[in-house]
Amino acid sequence: MPAEPTDPTAPAEHPVRRRTVTSGGVDLAVFELGDPAKPPVLLVHGYPDTHRVWDVVAEDLAADHHVIRYDVRGAGASGHPRRLQGYHLDQLADDLFAVADAVSPDRPVHLAAHDWGSIQAWHAATDARAVERIASYTTMSGPCLDHVGHWFRRRFGHPTPRNVAQVIGQELKSWYIAVFHIPLLAPTAWRLALADRWSEILRVTEGVEPRPGHPAATLRLDAVRGIKLYRANMLPRLTRPAERFARIPVQLITLTRDRFVSPALAGSDLDRWVPDLRRREIDAGHWSALDKEASTVARMIRTFAADPEGGTSEPEDAVPAVSAAHSGKPFTGKVAVVTGAGSGIGRATALAFAERGAHVVACDIDRASAERTAELATLLGATAHAYRVDVTDGAAMDDFAKEVAQEHGVPHIVVNNAGIGHHGTFLETSEKDWQRVLDVNLWGVIHGCRAFGTLMTEAGQGGNIVNLASAAAYLPSKVLAAYATSKAAVAMMSDCLRAELAPHGIAVSVICPGIVNTNITRTTTFSGTSAAEQEARRSKAAGMYARRNYPPEKVAAQIVDAVLHNRSMVPVTAEAKIARTLGRISPALLRAAAKLNIG
Amino acid sequence: MTFPYTSSDLDRFRELQQLAYDCAERVADWLEPGVTERQAAARLRRELVHAGVSDFFHVPFAWFGDRTAFRNFRTPLQFFPTNRRLAEGMPYVLDCAPVRDGYTADIGYAGRIGENPLWDLIAQDLRVYRELILREVRERRALAEIYASVDAQIARHGFDNRHRVYPGRVIGHQVTKVVERGPAGVTVFGFGVRTLQTLGRELIGERRHGRSPLWADGRASRHVPTPGLWAVEPHVALRDVGLKFEELLVVTDDDAYWLDDDLPHVRRWTQRADNADIRAADNEVLTTDAR
Repeated sequence: MPAEPTDPTAPAEHPVRRRTVTSGGVDLAVFELGDPAKPPVLLVHGYPDTHRVWDVVAEDLAADHHVIRYDVRGAGASGHPRRLQGYHLDQLADDLFAVADAVSPDRPVHLAAHDWGSIQAWHAATDARAVERIASYTTMSGPCLDHVGHWFRRRFGHPTPRNVAQVIGQELKSWYIAVFHIPLLAPTAWRLALADRWSEILRVTEGVEPRPGHPAATLRLDAVRGIKLYRANMLPRLTRPAERFARIPVQLITLTRDRFVSPALAGSDLDRWVPDLRRREIDAGHWSALDKEASTVARMIRTFAADPEGGTSEPEDAVPAVSAAHSGKPFTGKVAVVTGAGSGIGRATALAFAERGAHVVACDIDRASAERTAELATLLGATAHAYRVDVTDGAAMDDFAKEVAQEHGVPHIVVNNAGIGHHGTFLETSEKDWQRVLDVNLWGVIHGCRAFGTLMTEAGQGGNIVNLASAAAYLPSKVLAAYATSKAAVAMMSDCLRAELAPHGIAVSVICPGIVNTNITRTTTFSGTSAAEQEARRSKAAGMYARRNYPPEKVAAQIVDAVLHNRSMVPVTAEAKIARTLGRISPALLRAAAKLNIG
Repeated sequence: MTFPYTSSDLDRFRELQQLAYDCAERVADWLEPGVTERQAAARLRRELVHAGVSDFFHVPFAWFGDRTAFRNFRTPLQFFPTNRRLAEGMPYVLDCAPVRDGYTADIGYAGRIGENPLWDLIAQDLRVYRELILREVRERRALAEIYASVDAQIARHGFDNRHRVYPGRVIGHQVTKVVERGPAGVTVFGFGVRTLQTLGRELIGERRHGRSPLWADGRASRHVPTPGLWAVEPHVALRDVGLKFEELLVVTDDDAYWLDDDLPHVRRWTQRADNADIRAADNEVLTTDAR
């Protein structure tokens, strides 16, 4: 077998040391890099790879770690059991502990694993021995099969449309697993066609250029033998899942463009099994993560290994560390910017993100109100900062975005919420009123998307942009000419932007609240009315909104949900939903209703 | 209508309000983790009876934890004390309305067990509502308008209005001398029988004058404050932490003032201000020394 201990073409800044560890009657080829006195990191590869898939990451980590890799049984330079039982997960976990015990007998190892390596490593991480032998575990693209079994059970037990969609989505991604169970088909395919074309397949689907050692020279045999991994474990684990809990810190790195493992599968129910869970995200594909994003992966492993409890955030080192009590909150370590955060929906949204662990940046044209929001967010356990920004000022928004990036990191979530109300027919509305409404409601959102969108695409970490439109965006009304126009433009702009940013892993959501009890009614202006009449109509509108009594907190909850599930379009209140449905059934009906003085 | 009370009447009202707050403070000192709402309310009642109270405008209430914010309250029955137990860090509210010799007090006392920074913030901010309400009553603005001003202030603070959960959404109600007819100490739906008689008479009588003895945000409250005594109870919350105070406001024919400024929540504000002054003075001394 061509297992060269020192490959002259490898990026060999650190020399590779090789040894053999025997486990369960199979010789495992183990490769070490870096100073053995440094903290040990054990990297486990997937299918159909060898330890060389980690080359770039390992080289990076070797600077300050003792990096340990091995070819799992059946792959690369390691031996291969003849029988199917030899590939059982219990045996694979034993291999992992055998390597850790041989190379680092005195210190527990930091574990990081990818694909099938991650499946095996989960089995080890949820083993009783893990507490003594594994200091931390970073998992990518490979769930615990028992957790998956429970995941399917839950979704079959509650076949809501969303659950069914998630199951179908994952099955579409894992078609190959079924194929691997068909006798002869997969091995023959690998032997005759796939192995020769694998480099090409990786290049086209993942954008990964072949490098020495990857794909390995042993690919054909690795791929054929590795099929036994699936056959030995998939059915028993998925049909009779055990309850496996991890009692060590686990870092889940979700690859947002993974073609083989859906993010829902990789992590949605994990909180149940892992009390100490950290979630990270990289905008990368299944294999490209280990090449193109190798430095990001190495940095995340390094940071987590250095402080698995502390929760220093990645990749924004500027974000202050949060306490361990916050880990497990969905937005821990994420930066959320909210415009118009001094009141109403904006403030409720900022507080909702704060409660869920985000680092909140609250801005408003009224500094005092933004500071108040930041104060409340802090009391809810988050870190928060207040800024005074006028969203209608493009240059100021650019400066603001840069300042945020510099001081808190490039945001993961931007909520363009700032908006004003305006009431008046088209001909009543003066040019000045038109300009004011469009400046805040449309240009404010454009400036926010432009300033932060640019930074977010450059940072390449994905994220969410949420734009606040209104039910008026699709519900014409004679008396809301300027307001409805501005909100419809926001909706369309968001739809276009969504398409543009999708390849960057940035989701764009449009929120259409409807009638919500906020101070927007107290600041709404009315065209064609005297000051006294305006005041009277304001209080009448405020009264109507108060009686409707839909609290901004519920809108905030929908915004959080839209971010968590990358929803495109969210009508919030019942009237917003009904209007949307009616508009689809009969646009003429809504056009007729627009003649009424409603709004 | 002219102001119906003499200064000796007001003294009696003030004494009773002091007594009610004293009883609430004694119960608050006794509270500890593990005590239930029912135990606290029963203790409050015993303290009041021991102090000579014979009847109640309404029975004593105690709310712990998220019940101080009236979260998920659907029916008035949920106001009654439950077996919820106090725990470390929890906010609580005691509310009682003793009647003695026909004079009535109606007070609300908010507290917390252990540390709760959110509670501290709201407690401090309650001062704004006490000043706002007095200012606007003095300006003789309509009760419904003052209610809306309070709502706007609540929005600015980022809290939410919880007095709207009370029956009738009231932020306050008029208090009068109870005519002593019918059995003392007997309550129906939490209100004293004598109270109900008086309240019923007031509701009808005031209605004839286009006024309401209840202070809310509806049409019935679109009138200037009626001279007399008003129990005012702004109740605000953020998330699961709710606070209120309740005390008597004296509305005379041409002015208004709080019946008593020597109350626990007012002392808390002045103490804090004093401490801040002392700190400021200390700093001044330090900077002088440094020079």
